[in-house]
Amino acid sequence: MRLTQGAFSFLPDLTDTQIAAQIEYCLRKQWAVAIEFTDDPHPRNTYWSMWGHPMFDLADAAGAMQALRECREAQPGHYIRINAFDSTPGWESVRLSFIVGRPAVEPGFRLVRREGPGRTLHYTLESYAVGRQPEGERYAT
Amino acid sequence: MTQPLAAPTDTIDLAAEYREAGVADVLDRLDAELVGLAPVKRRVREIAALLLVDRVRERLGLASTPPSLHMCFTGNPGTGKTTLALRMAEILQRLGYVRKGHVVAVTRDDLVGQFIGHTAPKTKDVLKRAMGGVLFVDEAYYLFRPENEKDYGQEAIEILLQVMENQRDDLVVILAGYADRMDRFFESNPGMKSRIAHHVEFPDYSNAELAQIAERMLADWNYRFDAAGRAAFDDYLHHRRAKPHFANARSVRNALDRMRLRQALRLFDGATPVAADDLQILTAADVRASRHFHPTPPTLVGQAPPEADIDAYDPDRIPERSDY
Repeated sequence: MRLTQGAFSFLPDLTDTQIAAQIEYCLRKQWAVAIEFTDDPHPRNTYWSMWGHPMFDLADAAGAMQALRECREAQPGHYIRINAFDSTPGWESVRLSFIVGRPAVEPGFRLVRREGPGRTLHYTLESYAVGRQPEGERYAT
Repeated sequence: MTQPLAAPTDTIDLAAEYREAGVADVLDRLDAELVGLAPVKRRVREIAALLLVDRVRERLGLASTPPSLHMCFTGNPGTGKTTLALRMAEILQRLGYVRKGHVVAVTRDDLVGQFIGHTAPKTKDVLKRAMGGVLFVDEAYYLFRPENEKDYGQEAIEILLQVMENQRDDLVVILAGYADRMDRFFESNPGMKSRIAHHVEFPDYSNAELAQIAERMLADWNYRFDAAGRAAFDDYLHHRRAKPHFANARSVRNALDRMRLRQALRLFDGATPVAADDLQILTAADVRASRHFHPTPPTLVGQAPPEADIDAYDPDRIPERSDY
């Protein structure tokens, strides 16, 4: 099952040229670009690992693309996303976040039903990949 | 001309290309705003012409390897290396060889880390910032310290070399420094030497050129010399050049700063009301009070020597700085 999180996730995967163009847009808006990766794709997992520091004074997308290439090489079989922070108003907020890398096979999620008092049902999601292997080996091919 | 008529695609109006790229404007400004430096300007013109022709050739499908753009600027301090790097970035940007045309100026401290594992991220971070523009490494020879084989500078050089080779589209590197020390740097780093295509040498300014520079600086700040002040300044340059740590235009700028201080003090101490004109004029007295006119410091009894004080507080006179 294809993971759909963040912007552009219902589109086909962005090519590197398209990613660079998006980063270029962010830089033009004076947003700081950061790269993050994880192998726990649960939608409520907000704590992705950072790849290096957010790049605060880039002038051109080439620098971020280079960092992205390094991240892909070092973390194969991980989800990778690009976040764009906007600090120009004095407070900081993520303005744009999109996935730029994903494992080759995505087994998807299982719906977990837990019965509570009075036969009430509680539903939650569990990733097959997370359930079957420890961190770092989940999407190893 | 009796040339046979060629198809429109076969003839290229280089002059039109030149105008279109907007390079003419930058080169003209270079000529107008920078005093002297004739060999440097000629070199910049050559490089600009080469890049322009290369661009046209590429459009016509004439195979040529992408030009190597990394440069080395050598010359004494204060000869305009940094200024020219800024202009060079503008030219490269107009011709489309760098995308953004910004200049990131760094020295050894910005590239080399303090401990093991610190250098690579630091250098890469600087490179990331410089992508799409020009990386200007001032006093590049400090990167290499032959006396200490465990020095991390070598690591920075290797990362720099890798990017200079593999990401030529993204980044142009300009190294700058004194000629003799750069030569030694290249001798011990042949890889660096072979990747730098353009060596530009900056000659020292003559006294007349320095005086012209001084007048332009003053005009920018809305000051000017009176006739006696101008003559005194020529004298000053003559004296200053003979002294150690002479740094061309930078020395001139610092000298003018001190003269402005003296002028301010003179006006402040004078009892008469000042006219707008007085506020703009540097007189011979302001110039001749410089310590370079006095072989030994004047010994004054009972009162603080104001001129000597001004020179003593000059922040540029810290002994290890070589450029005041």
